[in-house]
Amino acid sequence: MGLFGKKEKNAASNMSSKSNLDIEVKKDGAEYTFLLNGRLDTITSPNLDAKINEATPDAEKLIFDLTNLDYISSAGLRVLLGATQAMEDKGEMVVCNLTEPVKEVFELTGFNRLFTIE
Amino acid sequence: MKELIVEADRMNLPEVQTFIDEQLEEAGCPMLTQTTIDIAVEELFVNIASYAYGDGNGKAVVQVTVFEEPLSVEITFIDNGVQYDPLAKADPDTTLSAKERKKGGLGIFMVKNTMDNVSYEYKDGKNILTIKKNLN
Repeated sequence: MGLFGKKEKNAASNMSSKSNLDIEVKKDGAEYTFLLNGRLDTITSPNLDAKINEATPDAEKLIFDLTNLDYISSAGLRVLLGATQAMEDKGEMVVCNLTEPVKEVFELTGFNRLFTIE
Repeated sequence: MKELIVEADRMNLPEVQTFIDEQLEEAGCPMLTQTTIDIAVEELFVNIASYAYGDGNGKAVVQVTVFEEPLSVEITFIDNGVQYDPLAKADPDTTLSAKERKKGGLGIFMVKNTMDNVSYEYKDGKNILTIKKNLN
């Protein structure tokens, strides 16, 4: 490597916290819980999408715990819409513990009516 | 006015949002408003990164101006790509069921409904999109 100077490296690592999402998946039989920590945006949402796709073939219930999700853009909404559509005929989807910014986005876009919110 | 010029690539989103947030933090913008503006910035920048230059490369210019009375911010996005007015796109129907909902149009819908003013013009071969938001 060695192409990047030290200064640029630091700048990049400062910014990486800007677009970061930790995803913890817990499986209990056919029930999957996704604990999201960080930001669900254009860069991070494909990762969540992939994890949901791994679970959905045998899932009967998807739970999204958003306690630590403080940002969601339309890219994140599309992933959640895809998940609820995938569950349409075979189970349920629950979204819980919405933070204030995520709640505002859900209300504006009508997503608060698309799945069970707890 | 402060200006950032970056390659119109979605991987540059963190750099664009960091640039915007620096100005907002300096202006004392409330956190929830900052998040709302960050979302609008993502939707507009990613739109340029996805569509302005097709499969080719090009630049995106982001300009920020903070006004004091009333405390507000104006952010302008400029690209030299294909002429495209995202505001002309029809709003998604937010009353439909999950099964009927389409995946497109949500981003611009959010920008239109969370910003105080949104305007578009095509001038000298450039797409110029400006958003304004009061910070109080």
